[in-house]
Amino acid sequence: MPQRKPKLAVWKFSSCDGCQLSLLDCEDELLAVADAVEIANFPEASRAVVKGPYDISLVEGSITTPHDAERIHGIRRASKFLVSIGACATAGGIQALRNFKDVKEFISVVYARPDYIETLKKSTPITDHVFVDFELRGCPINKLQLVEVLSAYLNGRKPNTPPHSVCSECKQRGTVCVMVAHGLTCLGPVTQAGCDALCPAYARGCFGCFGPKETPNTAALAAWFTQAGMSDRELVRAFRGFNAYAEPFRRESEMHEK
Amino acid sequence: MKNRTIKVDYLARVEGEGGLLIKVKGNQVSEVKLRIFEPPRFFEAFLRGRHFSEAPDITARICGICPVAYQMSACHAMEDAFGAQIPPPIRSLRRLLYCGEWIESHALHIYLLHAPDFLGYEDAIRMAKDHPDAVKRGLRLKKAGNAIVNLLGGREIHPINVRVGGFYKIPAKSEFLALAEELKWAREASLETVRWVASLPIPDFERDYEFVSLRHPDEYPFNEGRIVSNRGTDIAVREYEQHFAEEHVAHSNALHSATKEGKSYFVGPLARYSLNFDRLPSHVQDAARAAGLGTVCRNPFQGIIVRAVETLYACDEALRLIDAFEMPDRPFVEVEPRVGSGCGCTEAPRGSLYHRYRIDERGLISDAKIVPPTSQNLKTIEHDLLDLVPKNLEMQKDRLQWRCEAAVRNYDPCISCATHFLRLEIEKE
Repeated sequence: MPQRKPKLAVWKFSSCDGCQLSLLDCEDELLAVADAVEIANFPEASRAVVKGPYDISLVEGSITTPHDAERIHGIRRASKFLVSIGACATAGGIQALRNFKDVKEFISVVYARPDYIETLKKSTPITDHVFVDFELRGCPINKLQLVEVLSAYLNGRKPNTPPHSVCSECKQRGTVCVMVAHGLTCLGPVTQAGCDALCPAYARGCFGCFGPKETPNTAALAAWFTQAGMSDRELVRAFRGFNAYAEPFRRESEMHEK
Repeated sequence: MKNRTIKVDYLARVEGEGGLLIKVKGNQVSEVKLRIFEPPRFFEAFLRGRHFSEAPDITARICGICPVAYQMSACHAMEDAFGAQIPPPIRSLRRLLYCGEWIESHALHIYLLHAPDFLGYEDAIRMAKDHPDAVKRGLRLKKAGNAIVNLLGGREIHPINVRVGGFYKIPAKSEFLALAEELKWAREASLETVRWVASLPIPDFERDYEFVSLRHPDEYPFNEGRIVSNRGTDIAVREYEQHFAEEHVAHSNALHSATKEGKSYFVGPLARYSLNFDRLPSHVQDAARAAGLGTVCRNPFQGIIVRAVETLYACDEALRLIDAFEMPDRPFVEVEPRVGSGCGCTEAPRGSLYHRYRIDERGLISDAKIVPPTSQNLKTIEHDLLDLVPKNLEMQKDRLQWRCEAAVRNYDPCISCATHFLRLEIEKE
């Protein structure tokens, strides 16, 4: 009997769709991926829905509504291997900037009838709600890392996504340090690799798309920024980007918010 | 006759989360609701207090499919506020970047999201089993567009190389020239795409729309021009809010736009094409005519043909821009922030995208307003369904439901944008 293809599901919470689009952006690999797995639930790409349980679930987006806080539990129960993809799913995303403010005030800025809007006070990552088997970082994720995660799962091995800093990628790439040579502020020393050190190669400092690296020394970097003339307000903004609510970045930004 | 309900809980092959509820009483549609349950993300609120230079990167995160559009409208709005002048070579490169996004986004919608509706497939992967050459052509075309965004933007989703005033770094001329070979293939492939989509079984359906888009004195519009309509509107971008307004409806986390008279209007490829046909090069006009289009297109189901025509135009324009490439003296112009407000409107693949910002004395954003194309089209989509359903009540329920879904997908709606959209429920009471 031929072996059953693993069932892949893609789920969306609060997000921009960019990370799941990464799968459709695998122009060269998409048909091969579709050959290796059964795409069982992927609303952005298909109106066909195959019932669970699913072998692998990719979860994009953060939890921001009472309904979604319930929905994620159903998805966890229906999934053997659950991977959260992107900064929204792994850290709360840019919409987690609300976590530092009063969300009621936010609603009234955007919507004329705040009573129509149902939302939670905080935007939180998937792992705050259910057990997550693997977190794939990035804003957006790197599509080759996504193919790596799928390939690792299909072959029963651990995904190879380095936890070291963007700095290492600059060295590998041969990019001269933009902080040392050009005095740019750069989050590279505390940010996880995965983008192939893109920004420094384009003559700008890293702004933290992939979130904190393992054991980041944010305080030391903040001291360098201060020495270079950055104000506390600017420091707060620097650490409050797409991964603002990731613990090391959150803590550092709060240190400078007086 | 009995009452019926058509209900789609979660609309597929659109960007973001929404559903559709249509209630039919006898031969009358009593209610159409495009329900947007994509959670609100409050961009306008958390942009307050951020530095003006952060707006392009932050607003890009509203949409993973058209981040370039957000970056462009944000830059133009800031430059408007500060009175910055952008030199022609940088302006050309912005057009080139936009060409890349149009090719990538249109190819995605034509081949992966919309064509399966006309051929009766659940998705492009199933369609690929019977039409492998078409799907492969679509993917390669998409990749050719993405290659432009990759080079000039750094990456295809949320590019990192755009800044107020220009770019961080301009790649070498030889790198642009290296794109030309594949773009020549893409130009031929998009001509083939125009022929292919013209052969699809496209439903007859027309409405008398108010089309709204940018119009430029010499060019098919991307970044600049006046906002015009086929009902006589002809205004500067600055006057946008005097003519169009947003309202908040209970069934939607997206605001609905309308004209100040409360009328629905239409933005996107059909509107752009119908208002700017004379700005297309003659061979692109010929391809459109050969595909059965007139100078104005009022059938939203033919949007797939218009997208193919625009893809052909974008490939052509990209090749022209690469051929005429001129390295700017500097990758960007320095902008001097000052207190004031500025607005920008550019043509995202899905239609006009309006941004307005107020900047304080520290260069920080004190107020932001963003009107994405999909919120401008929501009312029009609901009106299409009000018209479409009564004409097709003899259809079997699942076929009618599919037709309604396709009618929504005509607009390539981007729900994540609109909430800064879709489940289908057709309820026959």
